[in-house]
Amino acid sequence: MTGALNPLTGLEHMFDQPFLRTAFLAGTCIALAAGLVGYFVVLRGQVFTGDALSHVAFTGALAALAFGIDLRAGLYGACVVFAVLMAVLGRRATADDTVIGSVFAWILGLGALFLTIFTTSQSGTGGVGGTAGVNVLFGSVLGLSGGQALGDAVVSLVVVAAIIAIGRPLLFTSLDEAVASARGVPVRALGYAFFVLVGITAGVATQAIGALLLLGLLAAPAGASQRFTSKPFAALWLSAGIAVVSVWAGLTLAYAAPRMPPSFGIVGVATLLYAVAFAVSWFRAGRGRRRVGERRSTVSTGDGSRAR
Amino acid sequence: MVAFDLHQLFSEHFMVNAFRAGTVVAVVAGSVGWFMVLRRQSFAGHTLAVVSFPGAAGAIWLGLSATVGYFAGSIVAAVVIAMVPRSHSGRALSEESAVIGTVQAFALAAGVLFVSLYGGFLDSLTGLLFGTFLGISDAQVVTLAVVAVVVLALLGVMARPLLFATVDPEVAAARRVPVRALSVVFLLLLGCTAAEVSQITGALLVFSLLVMPAAAAQQLTARPAVSFVVTLVVAVAVTWVSLGVAYYSVYPVGFYVSTFGFAVYLVAAGGRAVASRVQSRTPLRPRLAAGAAAPVTGGSGG
Repeated sequence: MTGALNPLTGLEHMFDQPFLRTAFLAGTCIALAAGLVGYFVVLRGQVFTGDALSHVAFTGALAALAFGIDLRAGLYGACVVFAVLMAVLGRRATADDTVIGSVFAWILGLGALFLTIFTTSQSGTGGVGGTAGVNVLFGSVLGLSGGQALGDAVVSLVVVAAIIAIGRPLLFTSLDEAVASARGVPVRALGYAFFVLVGITAGVATQAIGALLLLGLLAAPAGASQRFTSKPFAALWLSAGIAVVSVWAGLTLAYAAPRMPPSFGIVGVATLLYAVAFAVSWFRAGRGRRRVGERRSTVSTGDGSRAR
Repeated sequence: MVAFDLHQLFSEHFMVNAFRAGTVVAVVAGSVGWFMVLRRQSFAGHTLAVVSFPGAAGAIWLGLSATVGYFAGSIVAAVVIAMVPRSHSGRALSEESAVIGTVQAFALAAGVLFVSLYGGFLDSLTGLLFGTFLGISDAQVVTLAVVAVVVLALLGVMARPLLFATVDPEVAAARRVPVRALSVVFLLLLGCTAAEVSQITGALLVFSLLVMPAAAAQQLTARPAVSFVVTLVVAVAVTWVSLGVAYYSVYPVGFYVSTFGFAVYLVAAGGRAVASRVQSRTPLRPRLAAGAAAPVTGGSGG
């Protein structure tokens, strides 16, 4: 990768910078976890839940800051508790979009409150509060210390291991819950476990690319990989691969263009890859079908059935 | 004492403007939000709202007015979401949500980029995200009102077919209602509304005015006309109270809007739960067992 970008100045020495090494270490592991978890999030149609979790992450982190405890305690605590709550509500079939939306809009409002509390309590020390809020919202992967990066990497790898462990039955229940439960797969336990994993992933990804942008790392690689292939396990690992490539390319771009926030680079590359996936599958579908008449309706229904 | 304070509240010109703008925004948000909740497009609405942030940030970076940016961002995003083929199979639905999620994350990322390129307006960043009612100009109120009238007029014209297409799309399509065109126009209206609301509540909290009043009203009654009116009343009341309280406190107005809206929703949902329990308990004991299976919110649960 560095070879291809050689004309840009100084990229060979990129890894001389310790902060970039830690960013790459943490970023790669987080991307692996987000790509794998994101695949199931999209497959199970729970992107909106991920969206809600990302807002909870913000409030949790800001609450921890406002009350003066460790940011990560608030982050993981809020994400996991809320994820379990959503799983329980979802089980009772009462948590539709409206409920989720109302709850997380309010939680986000609370986050704004904590941000103000924290900012005003910090105002004597020169606007640290505002920066902290922005970091939680939009991430600060280049500002991670070595210890933080190592912690994030370990947490992410635990998530990856857990997904690998429960991957096969989870895939089964995601694709056909009724048949899976008839075959004795513990559908409910898997659902809870998966929600906890999503919560942890949201917490760890918040530190890298920010609460508001982690949806990009969850949804875009998964959506793209499902466009490229319909084989489940290939799509699962392709999703992780796309996420990792997005992080690498995004960090490199951010290093080459210092005005660009790394979070934008990462999400931008992920979005670009999704757009490419769309274009490729569109092209394939167009080539496979020679009929021109009533194009729009056949494309939409044809796509759905083809993907199955 | 209170009367004196209220007098002071309305003696400030910016507060008068804030109330004017807030009322306009609440009416539009209530009307469009009512349809949005019915159509289960909360996620799309949230994304359109969020997208107004990069719009405004980009406009400020380019030296344009933030108002232009709010509308441009939301309308562009509405077009992008509308272009994704929509179908009723589950697979296409999950694809659509992946697209919406990606659009949202990318839009927010673009917003950060614009903020970083512009450099140093951290204070107004909080305003863009969490709402501010300070410094709403007369011109801005006029813009809000004009857009509101256009949106409401369009919504009024298409209300009946839209309701039909929402409640039963297959039958509506068979009756030659242009379901697809209606859904595209509705997304555009939703985009305009989101842009309007975000100028009061901030891009991240638009949802509290779009979804909460409508959700509360639809808990209380199933009759469309009644719940529509209740939605408008709740939206306007929440906005007024929030603006009033926010004037006397240091916390952002978006926090109050979302908290009061959520409180109303909780009261409505709680009232409904109590009512349905009383209803199912009074006649006969065996109905309790059946009552447990009865739908609680009317949601399909996805």
